[in-house]
Amino acid sequence: MTATPVAPPPAPAAGGGARPRRRRRTRLQLLTTTDRVVLAVMVAVPALIVLCIVWLPTLGTVLLSFTGWNGIGGLDRVNFVGTDNYEAITTSYPPFWTAIRNNVLWLAVFFLVATPLGMFLAVLLDRDLKGSWFYRSSIYLPVVLSLALAGFIWQLIYSRDQGLLNVVLGLEGSDRVDWYGDPSVNIWAVLVAASWRHVGYIMLLYLAGLKSVDLALKEAAAMDGASETRTFFSVVFPTLAPINVVVLVITVIESLRAFDLVWVVNKGRNGLELLSALVTANIVGEASLVGFGSAIATILFAIAMVFVVPYLGSILREERR
Amino acid sequence: MSTSTSAARTAPGEQDGPRRVPPAARRRPVTPGRVLLYAVLTLVSLAWLFPVVWAVYNSFRDYAFTAVNGYVSFGGFTLDNYARAWEQGDFGRHFLNTLVIVVPSVLVTLFLASMVAFVLARFSWGLNVAMLVFFTAANLLPQQALLIPLFRFFLRVGLYDSYWALIIVHVAFQMGFCTFVLSNYMKTLPKELTEAAFVDGAGVLRQYVQIILPLCRPPLAALATLQVTWVYNDFFWAVAFLSTGDKFPVTSALANLQGQFFIDYNLLSAGSVIVAVPTLVVFFALQRHFVSGLTLGANKG
Repeated sequence: MTATPVAPPPAPAAGGGARPRRRRRTRLQLLTTTDRVVLAVMVAVPALIVLCIVWLPTLGTVLLSFTGWNGIGGLDRVNFVGTDNYEAITTSYPPFWTAIRNNVLWLAVFFLVATPLGMFLAVLLDRDLKGSWFYRSSIYLPVVLSLALAGFIWQLIYSRDQGLLNVVLGLEGSDRVDWYGDPSVNIWAVLVAASWRHVGYIMLLYLAGLKSVDLALKEAAAMDGASETRTFFSVVFPTLAPINVVVLVITVIESLRAFDLVWVVNKGRNGLELLSALVTANIVGEASLVGFGSAIATILFAIAMVFVVPYLGSILREERR
Repeated sequence: MSTSTSAARTAPGEQDGPRRVPPAARRRPVTPGRVLLYAVLTLVSLAWLFPVVWAVYNSFRDYAFTAVNGYVSFGGFTLDNYARAWEQGDFGRHFLNTLVIVVPSVLVTLFLASMVAFVLARFSWGLNVAMLVFFTAANLLPQQALLIPLFRFFLRVGLYDSYWALIIVHVAFQMGFCTFVLSNYMKTLPKELTEAAFVDGAGVLRQYVQIILPLCRPPLAALATLQVTWVYNDFFWAVAFLSTGDKFPVTSALANLQGQFFIDYNLLSAGSVIVAVPTLVVFFALQRHFVSGLTLGANKG
């Protein structure tokens, strides 16, 4: 799980406006040579690590996706095959379309069910309630568990023979459903477990956002006779814009990164195909189709970038102001 | 927690009592809407807790008993599952592995991120924004986008199947988030603090170590808490870069318990609880840090 930063707020002004401070960073020219060298090292070492471990491999993935390399032999054995991998993936690799469908489904459920539910719970909890600590903690609890662990815990509910769900539904004998195993239902079962975690995360982010909403705004709306629902949608919601952006990015990224849960259930096969699982299966599994796996990874990367780039653009604009 | 539960259960009639009632609530009488609010929240909370409670409940029960009476039954309590899970899952070793991975990963990440944040937040050199994006964006990529070349690279240099591979990748991947949060925080520290030191002839290294770092304790504590849970919970990188079962950290090692001839769900429950305990301890002991860490990057203030 990864939290996602939002564009920084204007720094709380110690006196005067917020903006001048940003201009008052020390200019490098004022420093001695030693200081400049120290600063350079302080940035260069971490930058080199990120460059070598994150950015160059990402570039490598894109390049490898145009090759037919199977990982055997040195890089001199790499042969460029153009877009062959992409053609093969889209035309003769059925799991790909299942994975796309499942990824879209994942995104849709997170967007249409889990995120609104998290937001709704945050709105309910944003009042003065007795025992709100208990409500908050229990809804938030799954977030500290790993997604893999969530997979194991829900197994006790989904198991065909010993799971709780079949007993509660009164399913006996051959009517029993193998919730994790049956490819026609397991994606939904997994989505329930994944949403269980996601709702708490979203709730927490909105709770933080709601706390920063100016109370005077709400009171003014109440004075004008606006209903609570009306106040929320017309007054509160618009002020949550930065949080909405974060939640949007987190939801997309978490959906694309979803991996642990399907991998512990059945290694992302038989109904639980996801792009992330396909990439992994093609590389750590028995078949080592480097070029082919890279093409799937590149598709995954490209989809993520569609959302990440505009988001980074907004950070950039905020910073430059 | 149990007191809160009972408070919540009996709440609808008495939550507007005279004690500890904020002004906003006092104005409100017990309305059907208010009762519904408590009912909904109690229901949702219990539903959310349920899977964990169910796992804990069954982890204390005998396999033979549940096999005969079914899992939806009462009785057959034992501590045996924990002993067996600990032994069969070899949790002693795997917790040690986790420790070997988590401690250096978190320390190095925070150390490097605080240096970058210091330079980006306190000095102006034209590339500040570009560098911030360079670090932050690295944290937003799907892990699989860099998996294949990294896998080949580690294989090549002999780091595959070693803790170093995991530590390096955790550091590189998590640095973006920490840099972002820390640089935002450092920007809010008054300029005068370092200016005075600067005039007195303190070099940048001293400004960083003696002035800025000590002031950054709150975000560092929050980030440390968060990073410990994230690295602890990691499943993917361990699966990708380790092949020897003995080297797996606890989260990924749990899968071993699953690979039995038949699946003993009581055993699996006990294993899940053992793996969950450290994060739950962190959650309850450091909740404030944990929550503020998560929202530091996403919240104004």
